[in-house]
Formats: sequence, structure tokens, C-alpha cells
Amino acid sequence: MTTLEYFDNFWSIYSNLVLSLGTASLLALSIYLTLSCGMLAMANAAFMGIGAYASSLITMKAEAAFPVAIVGGMAAPAVVALLIGLPTLRLSGVYLAMATLAFGEVVRIVILNTEDWTGGALGLNGIPQATQWWHVLLAVVLVLAVLARLRRSRIGRAFEAIKEDETAAGLMGINVTGHKMLAFVLGAAIAGLAGTLNAHLTFFIGPNEFGFDRGVEILTMTILGGINSLSGPVIGAVIITVLPELLRSFKDYRAVVNGLILVVIVLFLPKGLWNPAWMRQRLGLRAKGVTP
Amino acid sequence: MLEQQLFNALSLGCVYALFALGFTLVFGVLGVINLSHGAVFMVGAYAALELVLRVHAPLWAAVVFAFVFSGLVGLLIDRLVLKPLRARDAPHLIPMIATIGLGLAMNSLVQGLFGAENQRFPSDVLPDQAIIIAGVSVTVLELGIILVSFVLMTVLLLALKRTQLGRALRAIAESPKAARLLGIDVEGLFMVTSATAAGLGGVAGVLIGLYSNALFPLMGQPIMHKGIAVIILGGMGDIRGAMLAGLFLGFAEVLSVAYIGSTMRDAVAFGLLFLVLLVRPKGLFGSVQERKV
Repeated sequence: MTTLEYFDNFWSIYSNLVLSLGTASLLALSIYLTLSCGMLAMANAAFMGIGAYASSLITMKAEAAFPVAIVGGMAAPAVVALLIGLPTLRLSGVYLAMATLAFGEVVRIVILNTEDWTGGALGLNGIPQATQWWHVLLAVVLVLAVLARLRRSRIGRAFEAIKEDETAAGLMGINVTGHKMLAFVLGAAIAGLAGTLNAHLTFFIGPNEFGFDRGVEILTMTILGGINSLSGPVIGAVIITVLPELLRSFKDYRAVVNGLILVVIVLFLPKGLWNPAWMRQRLGLRAKGVTP
Repeated sequence: MLEQQLFNALSLGCVYALFALGFTLVFGVLGVINLSHGAVFMVGAYAALELVLRVHAPLWAAVVFAFVFSGLVGLLIDRLVLKPLRARDAPHLIPMIATIGLGLAMNSLVQGLFGAENQRFPSDVLPDQAIIIAGVSVTVLELGIILVSFVLMTVLLLALKRTQLGRALRAIAESPKAARLLGIDVEGLFMVTSATAAGLGGVAGVLIGLYSNALFPLMGQPIMHKGIAVIILGGMGDIRGAMLAGLFLGFAEVLSVAYIGSTMRDAVAFGLLFLVLLVRPKGLFGSVQERKV
């Protein structure tokens, strides 16, 4: 078998897996954004769902072009985030997490009960398969570029200050509510983008894909990878997406191993998998050992 | 008809309250959102079912067994996972993620062992006689559920209020550090709390299993979502709040099914929660604590 044939074969089997790595990374980055501003907001699964449904309705009912659907799929959750943001973001810590989770459940139930538009429990079927592999790649690269730029900007530093100490940041003249809102809305748009790409890849969406479990999974990816850098969420997304595939041989007990691996990682890698400071320290120590 | 509904609501609310009690106890004392509590609830139900099926034990023995078995599971979780995380002072999100992993593993283990399909208690062990009280026909089963829940909740409340153990637990809930300085065996009480909470969760599992007579590996998921709503409504870590909010949710759900329609039942818990958080950020019964500069 030539390399090309091998690659063709690989792609025909695993293309969906590889592309879902991309959408999972986008989701992990969307929650990274709010976490980097010190907010544990868990509405990302719901925002993903809003984006997926909005964009699918645009391509299916309005028969508009895919770029229009992408814009719509990002704008719809951003607008919703703007609306629920002001009252919700007053909450902090666990309370914010629970309020946003509750919002997610409400979204799921609304989707279930607006059958004329969303197909209810049956979901939406036959969404045009418009997502190309390079759409996903481009989206991940663009989002990473924007977030990397943001980190080094004034806004990124303000996020950091709010994360460290909200009260102190406010006293130093940082507009706490404004910055939190920005992180929340931007995160919603990124989640919506992931939802749009995913819906036009799998050509089916149902309300249960965007529920509590998905929300928890998104958080797990990001915490697992670590939130000290942009690579962390991406690495976490890759692991959480690939792990079930690697564990196929365990059959019925696959999720047992999957769950225990999560526990082990949390127990033994306190700062997430990707921890640049720790690695630098280890490399630094080794370098010292070489040069007396 | 209304009386009948109210009675159903009471038995459902009791189970919610019992479940949420363990959930909120762990949060109050250990400061951990234990997302494996739903799986422990399911494990309790299966443990009771196995005892009934294998040795034809009476129901009361099955309930006791569920308490002990899931209590042991809780103890193991505390020793093997939560304790090491405490020892290194991990931020509160980290134990939460560890318990997600544990829940996943337990759900899938039970599914592998017993299959994904619904299991039932054999019909001959279920008390199906009905008693008429004040014109309402009440099954012995429902009465039993209410009785067991009330007894367990009362015992727990009294223990927390009156005994030395309860006082020590409340001291830990205020500040584990200060409690340790006062000579309280904090680690030991963490263990007791984890085991008791898990035991209560397991009993709630049996009761729900009897109430709906359907056991399945993912039965803990919906109740955990509701449990989250309940402990927030009641104020995180607040025992009495969780009980009241659990009963309240039972009534809200049953009445909304009766008067609005069954499709909205699941929206009730979270709609309420969302509204309450917006109006009273610390829950209905929680006390407000603002951070001072």
C-alpha cells in the first residue's frame, strides 16, 4: 500500500474523528475564555446547541449559503449571551456554574418543545453536509490566533487581573462587568461556531447532544489540559475525544477505563496535562545537571 | 384528586430531599461538589435489588443493605480520591472533575455487569395494599417511602444539632483549619461525612427504584441534575434548606404535571433555579455572604 492509499484509507475511516477533534478544541477554547476571566460559566453546551440549531435552520429553511449560516450560528448564541449575561454574571463561583447549567437545561427543554422549528426530540435531520476539513482547520487556527492576540493585549491582562482578584481589579479602574461580558459573549460565539461546523458535518442534531453531559465534558477537556496556556484546552480536547476510540477493545467496560483515567490524571497531574512552568523547571534542572 | 396529587408530591419530594441531603452535606463539610452522588444513588438501588433477588431478603433489610453498601462506596471514594486531593489542597473544581470520572466509571461498570435494560423488583416483595386516609387512597409503599425519609432526615438533623459529633461537623463546615486546631479529628469526620452522605444517597436510590419500579444504570443522572437544583435553591451546604427545597421541588413537579402538562416537568426544576438565582443569588434559604475588601 502506498502512503497515499494508506492516507486515503485512514481518512475514510477517521475523517469524522479528526474533524471532531477540531470542534472539540473550539469548545474547550470557548470555556477557556470564560475561565481565564475567572468565571466558571457552563452554558457552552447550550450555546453550541443554539448555534447548531440557528445555522441549520438558516441552511435548511432559508436555504442560504454556508457562510451566512456560520455568521448566524455565531451571532445567535452571542445575542443570547448578551441577554442573559447581565443578570447571570453577578453570580460568582459555584452559583454561576449552576445558573449557567440550569440555563442549559432550559434551552434543551425549549428545543424539545418547539417541534415545528427544531423537530423536538427527533432532532433535525438532513442538514446539508457543508463543512469541509479546511473549514474546521481554519476555524481552529483563527480562534487560536485571536485568543493568543487577546492574551497579550490590555484586555487579556484585564482578564487575568479579574481572575486573580475581582475586587482589586475593579478598584484599579478595570471595568469588571464589561470585561466579563466580553469573555462570556465571545465564548458563546466560539461555541456557536463549533456547533455550526459540527451540525454541518454530522448532518443530524438532537437536543440531547447539548445537555448537561456535554457541558461537563467541555469543562473536563479544559481543566484536564490545563488553563495556563492555549495549548492546554486543545490537548485536553484531543484526549477526551480520542480516548474512547483507543479504548474500543474494552467493549462494555470502555467507559470504566475512561472514567478511571480521568481520575488518575486529576490525581497525579495537579495543574492539568500541559503545564509549561513545570516542564521548564524540569528541563532547567536537567540543563543545570549537565553544566556544572 | 388534588389530595392524591399532593400525596404523590410528598413521597417524591421526600426522595429528592433525601438525595439532596447527602449532596449538600458533602458540599457543606468537605466543600466538594460530588458529581458521583448520582452514581452512588444508582449503586444503592442495584445493591438492594441484588440482595432481594439472590437471598430473597425482605425490603427493610434491602434498604439497610443499600445504606451500608453505598456508604462503603462513599468511604472508598473519600479514601482513594478525595483525601489525596485534600492533602494537596486542590482547587474545588479538581475534586469535582475526579467525581465526574468516578460517576462515569460506576455507571458503565453497572451497565457492563447488569445490562442497560430496566430491572425490576419482583412484584411479590412490593407492598401493594392501599389504605384510605381521610378519603385519599395511599399505598403502603408510598407511606413507607415517606416514613423512611422522615426518620432518616430527623435523625440526621438531631445528630447535627444535639450531639458532639454534629457540633464538630458544624465547626468543620465553618473552617476545617480552626476545627483542627481545636483538636477535632477532621480527617475522620470527613470520612464519616462521605460515608453517611453516600449511604443516604443509596437509600434514596432504593426508594426511587421502588417508587417507579425501574432500575437502570443511568438512573442517577436525572436525579443528580435535580439534586443540583435543590441544593442551590436551599442554599449550598444548608441541610434544612436542602430538605425544604427537595419537598418543594416534588410539589412543584407533580403540580405542574397536573396543571400545565407533562412536557414541562423537567423544565420546572431548572426554570425555578434560574429565576431564584437571579432574584436571590444565594438560594431561597441561604444566607448572603458578601466578600469584604
